[in-house]
Amino acid sequence: MAKYLLLKHYRRGGPEWVPGTDVPMDQWSPQEITEHIDYMRRFAEKLTESGEFVGEGALSPEGTFVRYGGEGRPPVTDGPFAETKDLIAGWMIIDVESQERAYEAAAELSAAPGVGGKPIYEWLEVRPFLGEDLTISE
Amino acid sequence: MDHDAVNDRVRTLAPQVLGVLVRRGADFATAEDAVQEALIEAVRHWPDEAPDDPKAWLLRVAGRKLIDLQRSEAARRRREERLGDEPPQGPTEQSDDTLLLLSRCCHPALSPASAIALTLRAVGGLTTAQIARAFLVPEATMAQRISRAKRTITGERFDTPGDVRAVLHVLYLIFNEGFTGEISLADEAIRLTRQLTVSSAARPEGADPEIAGLLALMLLHHARRGARYTASGELVPLDEQDRTLWDTAMITEGVDVLQTALSRDHLGQYQAQAAIAALHDDAPVAAETDWPQILQWYDELAGLTDSPVVALNRAVAVGQVDGPRAGLAALADVDPGLSRWDAVAAHLYERADDTELAVRHYTSAADRATSAAERTHLIKQAARLRAGR
Repeated sequence: MAKYLLLKHYRRGGPEWVPGTDVPMDQWSPQEITEHIDYMRRFAEKLTESGEFVGEGALSPEGTFVRYGGEGRPPVTDGPFAETKDLIAGWMIIDVESQERAYEAAAELSAAPGVGGKPIYEWLEVRPFLGEDLTISE
Repeated sequence: MDHDAVNDRVRTLAPQVLGVLVRRGADFATAEDAVQEALIEAVRHWPDEAPDDPKAWLLRVAGRKLIDLQRSEAARRRREERLGDEPPQGPTEQSDDTLLLLSRCCHPALSPASAIALTLRAVGGLTTAQIARAFLVPEATMAQRISRAKRTITGERFDTPGDVRAVLHVLYLIFNEGFTGEISLADEAIRLTRQLTVSSAARPEGADPEIAGLLALMLLHHARRGARYTASGELVPLDEQDRTLWDTAMITEGVDVLQTALSRDHLGQYQAQAAIAALHDDAPVAAETDWPQILQWYDELAGLTDSPVVALNRAVAVGQVDGPRAGLAALADVDPGLSRWDAVAAHLYERADDTELAVRHYTSAADRATSAAERTHLIKQAARLRAGR
């Protein structure tokens, strides 16, 4: 088993979207939003039932850059930057048998319904976690 | 009994009690739940009041739990108007069912992850919560993994043991996961393999020497655990390990177990791997390693398995015996898609004094590392060579 992080990006950066699918959520009907959220919840439940769910979270779009300010000084902050190319909207961690299975799960998540109940074809970034060392390697 | 003693006792008895219930004809999945509930009761009560006969106590409590579970199951079925027949009473003789239970938990229809989880619970006597923590997943996820595994093997016959090789593969994976937490999976794998060694030695057809081969392999590697990482968690390669930190008693045991297995004259890949580990363990300093003999074992191993990892490790041995250029020539025949291929290439180029190529391969090896400790180690190798230039 290997853990993978599925990253949901806000619609900036990344590959080209399928034409007609890039409609911001605030332009959907309330019912379409409910169905979308419902699909996401059921997806997490399904992964729990298949023994593959690890965790998930949603992130506020507002973030601040923070760094060390030097000896005895407060942290230095910068931002938020409205024009950042890429923002992470949310994440899910899954524990699956193969990379192929990770892709399959990501594709299912990407098929969440949007406008008109049709799949949004959202791009998800799939990143493998570094695992533990294998004891036997010689 | 103190808490640790209770845990040890309870977990050794778990598969025995489960074996008795299943032999009496109980359904495996339900019996396994019953034993798990009995273990939890034992851990709660025994530290204050240890029973005179712990196994009888567990059997009694698990039997009661089983009846409760069967009643609620029967009630559920009645609601569905599909009441099945009661299971027939089976034989109840006392025998060690470790192999039977393990071969059911490691059934080939199960994915490795499911087999591992079920084995740790049904035979290892660990709780779902402990297994979940060991694999860093939520308890609900692990509970589902285990119940799906049980559903998959429902209806499988429980009379003759299945393929012992499938069991050994799962035990090997448990050992090799190397997770370190509240539960040491390596210790757990050794405990289960030891149990399997004992129980199969008593079988009429005699034990497959690969069982002892795997036990030896585990012991000979586990003996080095104290030297594998620095205090800050950095990986120490075999040739730089402080060999005084190796567990010599464990090495001695591993060598004894291996020699007995080899004397059966039925070689398998675990015995061959254990022989290689024993040769490493036998060298007082890395420079005294008997590489020619290790290479011979890799040649044997290559005849037993077509694993590309064996071919990769063989290239390392060739490099030690016939020089780095010969090692690189052997490496050219190995699938470069293996994640450790670049690390081996880097090491051989370094020994061939080709610093530039060594640095390049160490850097790409770091990018392809599958663990954080390995990546840090490889980056440091590249950095060391760059600084020395």
